Amino acid sequence: MNNIFVICEIEEGKVADVSLELMTKGRSLANELNCKLEALVLGHNLKGVEKELYPYGADVVHIGDDERLDPYTTLPHTSIIVDLFEKEKPQIALLGASTFGRDLGPRVSSALVSGLTADCTSLEIGDHEDKKAKKQYKDLLYQIRPAFGGNIVATIINPDCRPQMATVREGVMKKEIYDATYKGKVNKIEVDKILKPEDLVVKIIERHMEKSKVNIKNSSIIVAGGYGVGSKENFEKLEELAHVLGGEVGASRAAVDAGYADHNRQIGQTGVTVRPKLYIACGISGQIQHTAGMEESAMIIAINNDPNAPINKIADYVITGDVGVVVPKLIKFYKQNTK
Amino acid sequence: MGLKIVVLAKQVPDTRNVGKDAMKADGTVNRAALPAIFNPEDLNALEQALRLKDKYPGTEVTILTMGPGRAADIIREGLYRGADNGYLLTDRAFAGSDTLATSYAISCAIKKMDECDLIIAGRQAIDGDTAQVGPQVAEKLNLPQVTYAEEVLSAEKKKIVIRRRLERGVETVEMPLPGVITVNASAPDCRPRNAKLLMKFKHAKTITERQSEAEDYIDLTADRPYLNIEEWSVNDIETDTKWLGLSGSPTKVKKIENVVFQAKEAKRLTPADEEIDELMKELIANHTIG
Repeated sequence: MNNIFVICEIEEGKVADVSLELMTKGRSLANELNCKLEALVLGHNLKGVEKELYPYGADVVHIGDDERLDPYTTLPHTSIIVDLFEKEKPQIALLGASTFGRDLGPRVSSALVSGLTADCTSLEIGDHEDKKAKKQYKDLLYQIRPAFGGNIVATIINPDCRPQMATVREGVMKKEIYDATYKGKVNKIEVDKILKPEDLVVKIIERHMEKSKVNIKNSSIIVAGGYGVGSKENFEKLEELAHVLGGEVGASRAAVDAGYADHNRQIGQTGVTVRPKLYIACGISGQIQHTAGMEESAMIIAINNDPNAPINKIADYVITGDVGVVVPKLIKFYKQNTK
Repeated sequence: MGLKIVVLAKQVPDTRNVGKDAMKADGTVNRAALPAIFNPEDLNALEQALRLKDKYPGTEVTILTMGPGRAADIIREGLYRGADNGYLLTDRAFAGSDTLATSYAISCAIKKMDECDLIIAGRQAIDGDTAQVGPQVAEKLNLPQVTYAEEVLSAEKKKIVIRRRLERGVETVEMPLPGVITVNASAPDCRPRNAKLLMKFKHAKTITERQSEAEDYIDLTADRPYLNIEEWSVNDIETDTKWLGLSGSPTKVKKIENVVFQAKEAKRLTPADEEIDELMKELIANHTIG
C-alpha cells in the first residue's frame, strides 16, 4: 500500500530502457518517501524478468504472464492494472512516454479518476499548501514539464487523487543499477480471473516491428542541425562531420519539418533527449523545445550566423559564422590534427 | 453503409510560430499575440473522416469542439473542407479543465448527440502535447480505442481496420464499432477548403454570433438550417458538475515559470582558420574527440 509503481514495457523480450530509467528514478523517490518500489510487467513468456528488475531496486515485481497480453493491446492491460491498483493503492505510478505509455496511461488514469501528467522532464517530492481550503499536503509528487510549446515550465501536482501518475520520455532520466545483489519478491497476477471477453475486442491483424536503426541517444558525439542549415545539401556536410568524428546526426524539429532530416533524428521536447559528451549545434537558434532535449550535454559548440541566438547562452563555444563555411573547416582541421 | 462520425477538434494557439511579440515584457506568454488555429493533428483526423465519407456514401461527419465562442471558427473551417455540421461546447463551467475534466465534458456531449459509430481525434494538441483526451474520452464512454492511427483501411460490417504507426514499427488492427481512434501527424494532410462549401457555409454561425450581429442574419437559419452551428452550454448536456472544470481536474498547476536561459560564459570564435584549428587541437587534447 502507498508505494511507488513503475509500469514496465517489454521490448524485444527485455524490459525497455525507459522502464529501467523510471525504476532508477522510482528507487530514489521511494528512498526519499521511505516506501517500497514495485514494478509491474505484463506480457507473455516473461520467465525470469524479475531478475532484470531487482538490481534497479524493485522490492516487488508483479508479473502477469499470458498470451493474451502479448503483443500489447489497451484494454486487457488496463483491466489488470486497474484491478491491481485498486487493491494496492499506489501513491505514485510512472510509465514511459512511449506509444505504449501514452496509449495506456490516460486510459488507466481515467478509469481510476486519478491525475496524469504527460512528458515530465523532472520529478521531485515537495509540499503544498492550499490556502483557500486551508489544507496542507506533504510529500506530493511535483511533476515538472514544459508546456505551451516550451515557452513555460509548469509544476503540476495531484493533491487529492491517487495514484499520482506521470509519463517520462526515454532518455530523460538516467538508468543506473541500484544494487546488483538487491532481492525483491514476485507477485504472480491471476490474469484469467481479471480478463473479460470485452477486453479482447481489438485484434492485431499484422505487425512489423523494426529495431531502431538510428541510435542518437547512445552516441557520445552529436552533430545537430536546425533550420538555419538551409538545405539538404548542407545537411550532408553535417553527416560528414558526424562520420569523421564517430558521432551521429541529430536535428531540431524545424529541420525535420523542413525535410532536412528524418523524424527519428529529432532532438528535443517532442523528439529524444540526449546528453552526449559533445554536442555541435549547427544553425539551431535554441528554442526551449530543442534545448530541453540537449542542454545536459557535457560540451556544446554552437555554430550560428546570429551572434545573439539563444543557444549561445548555454554553449561552451560559440562560432559566429556560416554553417556551410565552418563545418567543412571543422572536418579539415580535425583531419589535419589527427593525422 | 453510411457511418456517423464525430471528429473531436481543438482550437489552439499556434505555439510553433512564436514571434517576437509572443512574450510580454514581464516574460509571460502573450496569448493574444498568437494566432488561433485548427490543431494540426485534428486536421489529419478530419481528413480520415472525410475519406470515409467519400468511400461510404451516406456518412455524416460532425465536428465537436470545446472552447470559447471564437472556437466556432474551426467548425466553419471544418465545414469548408467537407464536414456536415458542428457542435460548439462552450461554458464558463468548463474553464480550468485538465485533460480528465475535458474528456468528461466531451463524453457527456457525445452521449447527448445521436448515436455515432466512430469518434476520431488528433493524437494530441500542440498547446499541451499530452495525447490524453482521446483515450480518456474512450474510457469515459466505455469504448475501445486505437491510438497513433495513420490510415483507416476499411470500416465495414461494424468493424474498422486501422494501420497504426508506432515508434518502432507498424501495426494493423481491427476494432469493433463504435470506437475511438486518434490520428498521427504522419497521416495524410487534410484536403484544402472547397470553394463551393466556402460559399455555402460562409454564414454558418452559432446563436451567440448571430445575436451579436446585424438583424438580417438572425432569420437566415430559418430556411437554411445548415447555417446553424449548434452551441451547447453545460445546461444542454447532462453532467455531474463536480466532474467539470477545476473541481473535476485531479491535476493542479502549482507553479508556472517562464523559461529563462541561464547565462554562462561561452568562448566566442570566428570562422578564421587559426581559431578553428586551435579549437580542434583543444578538443583532441582534452579527449572530447579523437
